[in-house]
Amino acid sequence: MNSPVTPSGSIWFRYASPASFYPLAGRLIPWFGAAAAILAIAGLYVGFAVAPTDWQQGEAYRIIFIHVPAAWMAMFTYLVMAFWCALSLAFNTRLSAMMAQALAPTGAMFAFVSLWTGAFWGRPTWGAYWVWDARLTSTLILLFLYLGFIALRASIDDPRRADRASAVLALVGVINVPIIYFSVRWWNTLHQGSTISMTAAPKMAQTMLVAMLLMTLAAWAYTIAVALYRVRSIMIEREALSGWVGDLERKAGPAAPTLTGATTR
Amino acid sequence: MKPAVATGAFGALWWACQRDLRLAMRSRAELAVIVVFFLLVTSLFPLAVSPDPVLLRAIAPGIAWVAALLASLLGLSRLFAADHGDGTLEQMVLAPAPLQALVAGKVLAHWLATGVPLVLLAPVVGLQFGLDTDAIAVLVASLALGTPILSWLGAIAAALTLGARGGSSLLALLVLPLAVPVLIFGAGAVESYGSGLGADAHLSLLGAGLIVVWVFGPAATALAVRIAHE
Repeated sequence: MNSPVTPSGSIWFRYASPASFYPLAGRLIPWFGAAAAILAIAGLYVGFAVAPTDWQQGEAYRIIFIHVPAAWMAMFTYLVMAFWCALSLAFNTRLSAMMAQALAPTGAMFAFVSLWTGAFWGRPTWGAYWVWDARLTSTLILLFLYLGFIALRASIDDPRRADRASAVLALVGVINVPIIYFSVRWWNTLHQGSTISMTAAPKMAQTMLVAMLLMTLAAWAYTIAVALYRVRSIMIEREALSGWVGDLERKAGPAAPTLTGATTR
Repeated sequence: MKPAVATGAFGALWWACQRDLRLAMRSRAELAVIVVFFLLVTSLFPLAVSPDPVLLRAIAPGIAWVAALLASLLGLSRLFAADHGDGTLEQMVLAPAPLQALVAGKVLAHWLATGVPLVLLAPVVGLQFGLDTDAIAVLVASLALGTPILSWLGAIAAALTLGARGGSSLLALLVLPLAVPVLIFGAGAVESYGSGLGADAHLSLLGAGLIVVWVFGPAATALAVRIAHE
């Protein structure tokens, strides 16, 4: 099935093979994981201990250091996922579909986190856990798009068919995301003017901006680390019967507990 | 049944549309269920909310649209599943006629059989909720432009879920988020007409959406059908 990789291929396609990407991903995970941890600790420290209290919103505003990076990451992850899906449909590469599969749960998690933290921010600030604001509503729909993607993948048994079907769904979704966003915004402004505008926030203090930036970078590093970790599991699971997984297993020795469980010989 | 002699795109579209309409006419009970469901769901709202005519008039467009959206989900699983089950769909994939045209014909037939009855029944719902004649006309226009979009979105999702486990509940999860803009513009058309803003902008956007799904829908659905037959 999977011949050993020859390093002669173009640099772009060299790591498109699971066999050569697997060790690379393994080497990258600790770096991104450590970066995520350090950035998150630094960001939380600046955000919760250094940044000044907001004169209008008090201490409650500090949740935005988690909320805003999560919301950005949820949107951005969907775009990245759709990009990998487009690659997998266009070039029929296994790895890009696996990357999309690996990103979806993290994106859904971030969408959920941004909704959840938004509710906790909205309660003291707006006086309500949930407002039918354009951003809230479109984030909720984004969460449903993620769940639909994951559910469609999970309900098709053949992994290659699941790859392609969910890729089509992600692409239809990514065309729809801006339409959903603008339609929801228009719907909202037609219904009623927003009582509290999120866009007209007072200018941020420098330290708040630094904390936000650190947390955003932490979210990026976390997403990359987790997606790589997950894609490694997916690769092992789906290619359990191919040569390179067998080689890995032999190299790891008979006592290695990580690979033996998943493989059926 | 006539063999698919027509290999041109429009011939294929016409053939598939005729065939599916004939099949639909032979199972009228299933079509009737969709229509009854539509009326039933709209009648539940006054019972659940309140019989206050002012409130009902305000929420009527939204109710009609939500009911139409849910009713359009009902017929979707039939769109490809039967043809997939008996192998007809596979023959369509292999046929010399372009698959996109065949799929478009099927979706057109699906809309004629399940969407048009809802459009025609919308005035009844409008009267039940006390909408005036002009508002009913806007509601009918918005449904006439919007239900084909729902059919196309549903067709893509139905083709993607072919052979998947848990078909129909999964279908709802896939279609409903994608249908949000249609719902907003459709119900919004009647509402903005009622508030004196005019329905032109909403109806134009629905029309634009209709063109977009007719351009991209056939390709996406045909691709999804091919994926199901790999």
